[in-house]
Amino acid sequence: MATVIDMPKLSDTMEEGTIAKWNIKEGDKVEPGDVVAEVETDKATMDLEAFDGGTVLKILADEGDAVPVGGKLVILGEEGEDISDLEGDGDSGDSGKKEKSEEKSEDKDDEEDKGDEEEKEDKDDKEDGDAAKDGKDKEKEGKSGSSKDEKKGKDFDPLFGDLKEGKKGGNGKQQDDDGRVKVSPLARKLAEDRGIDVGRVKGSGPQGRVVKADIENFKEEDAKAAQADTKEKEAPKPSVSGTSLREDKDVKVSQMRKIIAKRLSESKFTSPHFYETVDIDMKRAMEVREAINEISDVKISFNDLVVKACAVALRRHPWVNASWMGDVVRLHGDVNVAVAVAVDEGLLTPVIRHADQKGLRDISIETKDFATRARDKKLQPEDWEGSTFTVSNLGMYGIEEFTAIINPPNAAILAIGAIRDVPVVENGQVVPGKRMKVTMSSDHRVVDGAKAAEFLNTVRSLLENPASMLL
Amino acid sequence: MAQKQFREVIREAIREEMERDENVFIMGEEVAEYNGAYKATQGLLDQFGDKRVLDTPISELGFAGLGVGAAMNGLRPIVEFMTFNFALVGVDQIINNAAKIRYMSGGQVKIPIVFRGPNASAGQLGATHSTSFESFYAHFPGLITIHPSEPYDAKGLLKAAIRDDNPVIFLESEQMYGWKQEVPDEEYLLPIGKAKVKREGKDVTVVADGKMYHVAKKAAEELAKDGVEVELIDPRTIKPFDMKTVIESVKKTNRCVVVDESHPFGGVAAEVGFQIQRDAFDYLDAPVQRVTIPDVPAPFSRKLFDAWIPGPKQVIDAVNTVTYRK
Repeated sequence: MATVIDMPKLSDTMEEGTIAKWNIKEGDKVEPGDVVAEVETDKATMDLEAFDGGTVLKILADEGDAVPVGGKLVILGEEGEDISDLEGDGDSGDSGKKEKSEEKSEDKDDEEDKGDEEEKEDKDDKEDGDAAKDGKDKEKEGKSGSSKDEKKGKDFDPLFGDLKEGKKGGNGKQQDDDGRVKVSPLARKLAEDRGIDVGRVKGSGPQGRVVKADIENFKEEDAKAAQADTKEKEAPKPSVSGTSLREDKDVKVSQMRKIIAKRLSESKFTSPHFYETVDIDMKRAMEVREAINEISDVKISFNDLVVKACAVALRRHPWVNASWMGDVVRLHGDVNVAVAVAVDEGLLTPVIRHADQKGLRDISIETKDFATRARDKKLQPEDWEGSTFTVSNLGMYGIEEFTAIINPPNAAILAIGAIRDVPVVENGQVVPGKRMKVTMSSDHRVVDGAKAAEFLNTVRSLLENPASMLL
Repeated sequence: MAQKQFREVIREAIREEMERDENVFIMGEEVAEYNGAYKATQGLLDQFGDKRVLDTPISELGFAGLGVGAAMNGLRPIVEFMTFNFALVGVDQIINNAAKIRYMSGGQVKIPIVFRGPNASAGQLGATHSTSFESFYAHFPGLITIHPSEPYDAKGLLKAAIRDDNPVIFLESEQMYGWKQEVPDEEYLLPIGKAKVKREGKDVTVVADGKMYHVAKKAAEELAKDGVEVELIDPRTIKPFDMKTVIESVKKTNRCVVVDESHPFGGVAAEVGFQIQRDAFDYLDAPVQRVTIPDVPAPFSRKLFDAWIPGPKQVIDAVNTVTYRK
């Protein structure tokens, strides 16, 4: 009568053992107590002793193979004995290995497909009646000697089995194949009260059950992400009735938004943008501004200084003051600097014409007038037409630096950041400094990197030495 | 207040009631001359004499029947079983007569009798001496079943039981007889059928009776270290069961674990779990879990016994399950 040596459980936590070394080969005679192999467990390498004697008819695992506890290792018996029934389902293959891979795939199924398992159990319940469930649990328990159930030892406490609800799911798969959403009664009620569609909530409980905490932590964005996620992986499921947390609101697109959308999409998608940033020392610009404001009847802003500097620089760099026209590049004769002005519905870019020829006072007065009229919706088309360059300033919002989308048909736009107090090194000393970052987005069809850099250097030098703007 | 043992308060309750009402008497194996197998009746023979403190032969069916007959005739017997495991021999008298005569007589005949004695396991006593009967007796209409966990409750409830006109199963515990608690010297009674919230918490309701109350209490103390606040309810009376207190708690915590030393099938935990799902369905955030002894008779082997009897670990596991921790 052939016997099988199984992978023994050599420690409390052992789930599988690796054959470190076989001391036997097929055909050897084995006495009870012989060390047939060395087995590496999660803790140590231990001797595997034979309890029965006999001839080694078959070795079912190679050295280095990891075999789950209870997996077949060796078949002992009389020489010539038929062992086909012990080798598994008549398969002459390596059943030890086979079992191992089955175990693995089962484990995987367990994790990925808790839903199925539960469904199976549900079915059992229906067949046997609810009352039989405990009995069934115990039946399972009774079989726990076999290698298949040994695996369950981890998830299934044989004595207090019905405590365990299965492993925490958290895989977000809260729907069965029949589209049923798993949700605790409380979570369902909370979702109803708050108008959340539970089908959109990612469940963190066993088998992806939606529980109270999931509803409490629910955010619309998560749902969208999760939705997109499941859409990719699964066929669309019938959604459970319910409404959103807050009603979505459709706002009719205003004319201004339509134009912004159209022009900026066109710009971003057709003109190849590239970006360059310079950090400008604003110490002197601040001093100059202060000095001017002491004598000027109109208050000059930093933005005015930047507009002026850009205008002067544009005059010196005609390739920045240009437009892509398809078969020609138009180098504009005038320097017309647009200034982005935020209004409720969007933004406008009124144009300061001939900015290179205007003094700071005029630039300031014009800009203020534009801002006021823009907010009062009193700007006329001629006010925002004909720009050759645009300045967009978010410094007053404390934005350190940003990239803007070119305002067509311009070839570039300058994004102005806030003036920051920063430590700077002057003559080997760290002293307080004032710096402002400006980032130019350029249309590469017109402006190349070096040209943009030259322009930016001019702007920097003008702002760092404001007196040079007077030249 | 004095610290008093469980056995002392049982004795006090019996003595006080015997002093108060001469129709109260006690009988059972070894209750008189030997002062009780667990000394619950110590000194009663000397005080009340052998007409009211009676040693019986080892014949549970006989003296249980004697008790029922006495109760039908106007006396208020207290029948002590050396353990409720032995009461199985007298169950015909308890279930068929004590529990049903009042009903069958259309209410004409009252059965003011208390069957009391130790219940459930007490270590390595083997399969036939370790059964917990609270679910069994609670199954039958006509019986009141009381399963106290602490001396204070035991005294107040035993006195109430002796004064009640219905048959009462009063379940004690060999292991708990020596356990102490502060118990007032003044007379007090506790209402039958009223649970007590013995620890307040917001995270999970744990219902635990008898010896299991102490297991659950330990678990609650451990869980508190982890920041899980258990609301621990001791039902004290198994039947009538105070579901109102439990439901109110579950509505607050949204989760429940029932701990009971019965076997799982059709036990107290099953009934409580059922009622919660029916009456607090919309408040549940997880299926009710239970911790009971398994569907296996008590093993004798120490190791097996330790594996068989639920401890704090099982309660903690169940709490973790219903709170979705780990």
